[in-house]
Amino acid sequence: MKVLVPVKRVVDYNVKVRVKSDQTGVELANVKMSMNPFDEISVEEAVRMKEAGTATEVIVVSVGPQQAQETIRTALAMGADRGILVKTDDVVEPLGVAKVLKAIVDEEQPGLVIVGKQAIDDDSNQTGQMLAALLGWPQGTFASKIELAGDKINVTREIDGGLQTVSLNSPAIVTCDLRLNEPRYASLPNIMKAKKKPIDEKSAADLGADIAPRLQVVKVTEPAERQAGIKVESAAELVAKLKAAGVIG
Amino acid sequence: MTSLVIAEHTNSALADATAKTVTAAAALGGDVHVLVAGSNAAAAAEAASKIAGVAKVLHADDAQYDHGMPEAIAALVVSLAGSYDAVLAPATTRGKNVAPRIAALLDVMQLSEITAVLSADTFERPIYAGNAIQTVKSTDAKKVITVRTTSFAAAGDGGSASVEQVSSDNPGLATFVSEELTKSDRPELTAAKIIISGGRGMQSGDNFPMLDRIADKLGAGVGASRAAVDAGFVPNDYQVGQTGKIVAPELYIAVGISGAIQHLAGMKDSKVIVAINKDEEAPIFQVADYGLVADLFKAVPELEEELGKIGL
Ligand SMILES: Cc1cc2nc3c(=O)[nH]c(=O)nc-3n(C[C@H](O)[C@H](O)[C@H](O)COP(=O)(O)OP(=O)(O)OC[C@H]3O[C@@H](n4cnc5c(N)ncnc54)[C@H](O)[C@@H]3O)c2cc1C
Ligand SMILES: Nc1ncnc2c1ncn2[C@@H]1O[C@H](COP(=O)(O)O)[C@@H](O)[C@H]1O
Repeated sequence: MKVLVPVKRVVDYNVKVRVKSDQTGVELANVKMSMNPFDEISVEEAVRMKEAGTATEVIVVSVGPQQAQETIRTALAMGADRGILVKTDDVVEPLGVAKVLKAIVDEEQPGLVIVGKQAIDDDSNQTGQMLAALLGWPQGTFASKIELAGDKINVTREIDGGLQTVSLNSPAIVTCDLRLNEPRYASLPNIMKAKKKPIDEKSAADLGADIAPRLQVVKVTEPAERQAGIKVESAAELVAKLKAAGVIG
Repeated sequence: MTSLVIAEHTNSALADATAKTVTAAAALGGDVHVLVAGSNAAAAAEAASKIAGVAKVLHADDAQYDHGMPEAIAALVVSLAGSYDAVLAPATTRGKNVAPRIAALLDVMQLSEITAVLSADTFERPIYAGNAIQTVKSTDAKKVITVRTTSFAAAGDGGSASVEQVSSDNPGLATFVSEELTKSDRPELTAAKIIISGGRGMQSGDNFPMLDRIADKLGAGVGASRAAVDAGFVPNDYQVGQTGKIVAPELYIAVGISGAIQHLAGMKDSKVIVAINKDEEAPIFQVADYGLVADLFKAVPELEEELGKIGL
């Protein structure tokens, strides 16, 4: 079984982004970029499947600018076999990404696609579910456990009230949550090896995917700033303040 | 203009998130209908019919829709979508699971976690863990939207909508196996008026009863940071933050939590924030109204005692 893993290049999770003064977006110049943290978890899961002999090949794909190649290289250094860069300098919305991914799934015929639950830049939480819809496949979102069981894929999901397990017909889409695994760091020899692994380059047009945006960003603004309050000296003072503020008692 | 709200419910009861989503739907203008899908969910359908502003309730009574199964519910909604200009769901784990599936089937780009409705096609939504707010206009003819429930007040009672039965074929792609729900008598985090959350500083799940005792005095819900969940101190559904639950209670007490961007994203709209942390440089103090720089193992028992003194 081939496993396909889409990876997105995003602003590193440690960066506190700043809104541009012209309100067109956030400042991206000279900002550290990394693989979306959820996608590291997906890559790790796929590589573990390969190590366990349940996956035959792990293919990573990124839709983005030339620099997204670095993100693909990171995944290759973690153990993925080959990469596909669908190159574009435009912002591609989740629906467009899902269309590109569908075309790649049609070509590659994977038995499983592991997607991140959410990209930490747009916070959309859509792409995996959209891809499942376009393919007519079942979806196991927010996974904390994936079990291959014959022609079924059992997925344990993190839901609002606790955990839920569903059984999916394969092929299927799984989106991963934080507790699925702890991704490895690539070792130096593996980083060197990854340089020789193939990365295929395509365009959305090659794939026949329509990536024209549907949303127009009118503006991007700063959220209301919270002011730091005061320090209290003791639990007694804290209780007095909360009582005075009318939030307790 | 008519909108369809996908109800959040447990078959026997309707969740508060539904009435909040109705408020967002009403802001689009026009009629609001509510879909209640699940087996033996007549009680939830009836409750939905009483929400003020709801013109019609669609009730799909079939076990294939139970547990929020997205393949079946998306197929149902798509079969109904011809009559609607917008489909809305609360941004709960169920809503986030099913709404994008519906959007893609309708060839629509979803608007995720809207926090304000500016017009029938223009919305505000947070991006980058709430560090920026995007005003975004949809050019799609139909809108598919998930709603951040902390940003909308619940629509009141007083409706008397008709209830109509609907159904769809079973796509047969997936089956429900089991659910392990966290049992608690405390209020659910997204509905709690007061929340006390613990972080890595709690050191162990064995220390969470310290917070439980405060919660019991205040009628509060108990939450946690990702670090506390990852370490296994508490179950996953305790996680507050960018990728956990978004909460906005009257009072949020963060204990042994540093205040990472991702945690703040989930609680910084709380009315009053209290932080108890031994590190006075911890970023949580930058958003706290009241900060107590102290060892939590001393401060939390003292807090319990002081609450007792005022009769709590
Ligand atoms: C993709 C992604 C998504 C994420 N999503 C979330 C999310 O949804 N929610 C979330 O919370 N995090 C999330 N995180 C994690 C986040 O970045 C932080 O790592 C996490 O919030 C830290 O948790 P913490 O504050 O409990 O732990 P730490 O940062 O380790 O802080 C512990 C704090 O406890 C204090 N402390 C220790 N001992 C004591 C004591 N005895 N008395 C008083 N104070 C004490 C310390 O001074 C410190 O400030 C996410 C991260 C990523 C990469
Ligand atoms: N441009 C992209 N290239 C590759 N994968 C992507 C891209 N955008 C989103 N994804 C995948 O979809 C997941 C969810 O993203 P989103 O729906 O934008 O929150 C990410 O974790 C990735 O796995």
